Amino acid sequence: MADAPKARTLIHGTDALRRGVPGEIRVTLGHPMENGLRPDGLGNVVARALVTRFECQLDGVLVFAADLYPAISANPYLAFWVRANGPGTLSFEWLGDWGFQHRETRAIQPA
Amino acid sequence: MMPPRPATIAKPQPRASRRRLLGAAGAGWLLLRCQPALAISATDTLDVVKRRWAAGRAITEGRVTLDIAPLVENGNAVPIRVTFDSPMTAADHVQEIIVFNERNPQRDVVRFVFGPACGRAQADARIRLATSQQLVALARLSDGSQWSHHVDVIVTLAACVES
Repeated sequence: MADAPKARTLIHGTDALRRGVPGEIRVTLGHPMENGLRPDGLGNVVARALVTRFECQLDGVLVFAADLYPAISANPYLAFWVRANGPGTLSFEWLGDWGFQHRETRAIQPA
Repeated sequence: MMPPRPATIAKPQPRASRRRLLGAAGAGWLLLRCQPALAISATDTLDVVKRRWAAGRAITEGRVTLDIAPLVENGNAVPIRVTFDSPMTAADHVQEIIVFNERNPQRDVVRFVFGPACGRAQADARIRLATSQQLVALARLSDGSQWSHHVDVIVTLAACVES
């Protein structure tokens, strides 16, 4: 999967964090979330290709994680809350079938 | 002048064997068609997955909230929100909230894992729903107590199996 196209992500809410106050982070990953049940136009079943895990860490400490199953919509959107007590780095990681892996980081400066 | 009819047509047809052949072909085709449906009906019921998740300990209805529209027009992307009113300290926080469905091909929907650094035990996602059914959110706290919230939804456009 060396030539896998870079996944597209949207990460919102990291700039609006305030020190010691929980703030909402909203993330979206561009991914079809093929559930392995759907036929294509020829009647063949499209192979399963899911994102199965999302993790958010603040300076290496797990803040929030989600196990995603076929019942999650395409382009998985997740929103969760983070309470940061000072500047740090938020990392976002998606893992999936066929070795899918995507990682993003955001430096945060809570006011 | 009409040419003489070929003798083969006048011969009696082997009816019984042809009928049997067609019947067998039809039965085989039906069996193949039914296989996914059988596989779906063979998955566990909601009660079974709840009991397995609970691992023998009690689940109390309450405290956790599963927010979802009661009438869903498009089952391909249904916004859900789970909330638990918790202080989210190291001593007292929500460890996980899991959502199960009743009638999708697979019972699992999503499992959220929370750390104390969340500050607030709340998470949103968008899910697929195959048909009108019951959903349940189950929460497990750091003190080991387990809570649930059941919601019934009506779905007008199904997801999952259709393209």
